[in-house]
Amino acid sequence: MTLEVDDLRVYYRTLKGDVQALDGVSFGVKDGEILGLAGESGCGKTTLGKALIRLDGRMKHVGGSVTLDDQVLPIGDDVKMNPYRFKQVSLIPQYSMSAMNPTRKIGRMVRELLDSRKVKLDLDELHNRLDLVELPREVLGKYPIELSGGMKQRMVMVISTLLNPSLLIADEITSALDVSTQKAVVTTLKGFRDRGFVKSMLFITHDISLTNQLADTIMVMYAGKLAEKAPAGVVVNAPKHPYTQLLISSLPEVGVRYADKRLTGIPGNPPSLLNPVPGCRFRDRCPLAFDKCAEEPPPVEVEKDHVVACWKAA
Amino acid sequence: MRRYFGRKLLVYGLTFFMAVTVNWLVPRLMPGDPVASMLARARVAQPEAQEALRVYYNNLFGFDQPWWQQYLNSWGALFRGDFGISLWAFPTPVADLLTRAVPYSLALLIPSILISWVIGNRLGALAARRKVLDNTVLPVSYVLTATPYLWLAALMAWGFGIVWGIFPVAGGYSFSMTPSFTWPFFVDLLWHWVLPFASLFLVALGGWAIGMRNVIIYELESDYANYLSALGAPQKLIRRYAFRNAVLPQITGLALQLGVLVAGALVTEIVFSYPGLGSLILAAIQNKDFFLLQGAFLFIVLGVLIANFIIDVIYVIVDPRTRVGMAGASA
Amino acid sequence: MTTTTVEPLRPPVRWEALYFALRNTKLLVGMGIILILLGIGVIGPFFIDKPPSEYVGMQMQPPSGEFWLGTNTFGQDLWAQFVHGLRTTFLVGALGGGIAAVIGMAIGFLAGYKGGWIDEILTMFTNVVLVLPTLAVLFILNAYIGVRGAGMQALFIGLTQWPWAARSIRAQTFSLRSRDFVDLARLSGVGSGRIIMREIAPNMSSYLLLTFILLFGGSILIASSLDFIGLGPTDAVSLGLMLQQAHQWSAMHLGLWWWFIPPGAGITLIVGALYVANVGLDEVFNPKLREL
Ligand SMILES: Nc1ncnc2c1ncn2[C@@H]1O[C@H](COP(=O)(O)OP(=O)(O)OP(=O)(O)O)[C@@H](O)[C@H]1O
Ligand code: SF4
Ligand SMILES: [Mg+2]
Repeated sequence: MTLEVDDLRVYYRTLKGDVQALDGVSFGVKDGEILGLAGESGCGKTTLGKALIRLDGRMKHVGGSVTLDDQVLPIGDDVKMNPYRFKQVSLIPQYSMSAMNPTRKIGRMVRELLDSRKVKLDLDELHNRLDLVELPREVLGKYPIELSGGMKQRMVMVISTLLNPSLLIADEITSALDVSTQKAVVTTLKGFRDRGFVKSMLFITHDISLTNQLADTIMVMYAGKLAEKAPAGVVVNAPKHPYTQLLISSLPEVGVRYADKRLTGIPGNPPSLLNPVPGCRFRDRCPLAFDKCAEEPPPVEVEKDHVVACWKAA
Repeated sequence: MRRYFGRKLLVYGLTFFMAVTVNWLVPRLMPGDPVASMLARARVAQPEAQEALRVYYNNLFGFDQPWWQQYLNSWGALFRGDFGISLWAFPTPVADLLTRAVPYSLALLIPSILISWVIGNRLGALAARRKVLDNTVLPVSYVLTATPYLWLAALMAWGFGIVWGIFPVAGGYSFSMTPSFTWPFFVDLLWHWVLPFASLFLVALGGWAIGMRNVIIYELESDYANYLSALGAPQKLIRRYAFRNAVLPQITGLALQLGVLVAGALVTEIVFSYPGLGSLILAAIQNKDFFLLQGAFLFIVLGVLIANFIIDVIYVIVDPRTRVGMAGASA
Repeated sequence: MTTTTVEPLRPPVRWEALYFALRNTKLLVGMGIILILLGIGVIGPFFIDKPPSEYVGMQMQPPSGEFWLGTNTFGQDLWAQFVHGLRTTFLVGALGGGIAAVIGMAIGFLAGYKGGWIDEILTMFTNVVLVLPTLAVLFILNAYIGVRGAGMQALFIGLTQWPWAARSIRAQTFSLRSRDFVDLARLSGVGSGRIIMREIAPNMSSYLLLTFILLFGGSILIASSLDFIGLGPTDAVSLGLMLQQAHQWSAMHLGLWWWFIPPGAGITLIVGALYVANVGLDEVFNPKLREL
């Protein structure tokens, strides 16, 4: 196991109380595995992604643990977390277009970043990787503003993976792109994994069909909790959780071209995460809900590698 | 690049044109014969000069010519460097009075602006997102920017000059001295310069510190800063980048503040009777010497425009984005 | 096909703002100082029976129970002048700042909303006035036309102070222009003026308030410079005029610190309090600044 997350709880501090955005999530990611993370807007995907690398000022680590390569990550401590960042956990941000310092030439920025982490820049390796993503080597002598959007994104992908991290987090990196560019990004990410630049990956998106092209395993979250996790094909073709089933059936044709459909086609809204009612959080919208659902359904491994948190599925 | 400077120069050209036009128009808007009424109101030093002045100015204004001819004449005079003759310091030409005063004003302005800008930026950058420093630097800076230049000048003149008697409080040099290129005179000059410089410097300092603090906080929240943090870059590197990027809007701020800084220098000079443009303007107003006032006005406008242009050039040198963007090479 | 009803989950912004406002020390301290000084300026003159220029007693008296701020070389009561001066200073600041704000808004909204050549021309004009050194222009205007009243002075100040406000309002309007609610209004045939007043201005009301506060403070500072140089109102006392007289009659050399310290301190307090309140308000309106 590269990554093991155990009962992770991360809340947002707000005036009205804590928003329980990530409320007891457990899962693992194996060596070489790409885990796709899907779910409606606001279900806690970004929160999970950030929790693994850098909490923002309003987030607090309430409980649970994250283990990466048999080391427990000090995720609640911004300073202690620094040695792990970039080298063990890295991130391709959603904001690739503005992720690079606009007033530094890219090559110089990379060198200064590596210097600051006390890592020697392997220029040949950097050049190889630029070749791989089809960026001319001259980009290193340019300012970010001189690159097109797609070039910037590829450059950031190269920077983020330069130190061969064990875990790479990619949060919504394809949302702003057109379909053909999305495909290219997905192919590149796969290539990174196949070449061993990254050991495992957490790929976050709204878009289940895109996830299906890339991920080995798909994890579906609902309202801060894990709903279902299974090999990609199983989630798409034989989901067990009522929420996943609705998600999949609301897509036109899974895995085919127009993958732009967002996960919104389910009536009703997710519950507030401020003071969530006990029991299954999907209860209000679930067509199969029954008495027992007033208790919280535990995640159960119904088949090998197939975990579902629903009383009906167990 | 050409477009950028083209636009800037157009603005500056228009501004100068407007300033000259206003300068030409305002006296003509006064009721009656402007020359007569100005001479009547002015306190001309030598009464016998009255008649000479009347002839001279009637010629200069050229009221017997059509207005457009008068207007062109005024541009012609301007390009010859002819700003008229001072009523108050008759028969000294206004241009002479102004060129004698300008070095003093520049000696106050340039060091106080540059040094306050550099130190203020450092202070503001240090204070940003650091609780203790922020809570000391920020309030002090707010008090400083809220202080009228003239009042801080008066306080310093009173405290350091009169109560403690450390520095002289009036003039550009001692009355007993004659200007010369000698050490004693230079030291004397410097001695008189300290207080006006210090009070200008202090008021301006606060503004720069506040500006830098606000901009750098914004930079520290920007995407590139977040990305670097996520990659575990130390705060030192992130702050270095943020500072460098925050300096750019501060350069623009320098251009925007020029007018205020010049105004501050003028009143500060008055407090210290410092022989720069400010004191000339005061004399002009007190003696209703409108020609001197108008000349000073054009000098200041011209100076501010030149300074603006210099800042534009510096900005282009410092910000790679303007250069790259203007080269039109972006893919 | 299923339909989702997306409720507009707008947080109660106003209450939240009030909540933070009442807990923001900067805002409370700033507003407190302003209100106290404003109170003195508004109510104070009613408790002083003699006009501020009257010669009331002994000359050059230091502050005492009878003359709280002492008297000057002519035997005028400086407290009376200070109280009346506060009033004038507030008046000039509010009027000058208000006029500048109105002009800045008119030009900023118009340029930002209309775009195109209107924007080009207005922006060019704004930039021209922006680089003109304000005080120098005011010298010329005031000297020729002559200023008798505080209102006139405020008008001139307002006429020269607006450019930076216009510039920033234009930028804000520009970014609001393409938002959904503005598009919606435009599509339903609402006129430009109404859209600006109904949709755009309310959405940047906090920003406009902040702008006005800064213009208010700036006007007070400019007025004090004008007063000091001898171009102040001739029919009133202001804090700047007190400083001018103190300087003209060598108060510093005579050691009459009570003549020039209070008016300057008054200006600094007002302007400083305005700036600090402005920062506080900014924090109240802008959640990003609240952290830490
Ligand atoms: N700064 C914050 N303060 C308070 N609550 C927050 C904050 N950020 C997120 N939340 C709440 O936490 C929950 C999870 O948010 P998160 O951003 O992780 O969702 P997401 O799954 O990434 O959504 P999306 O698909 O829209 O990106 C949401 O209910 C959201 O309202
Ligand atoms: S536990 Fe009950 S409410 Fe929740 S998904 Fe399963 S059936 Fe529906
Ligand atoms: Mg998200």
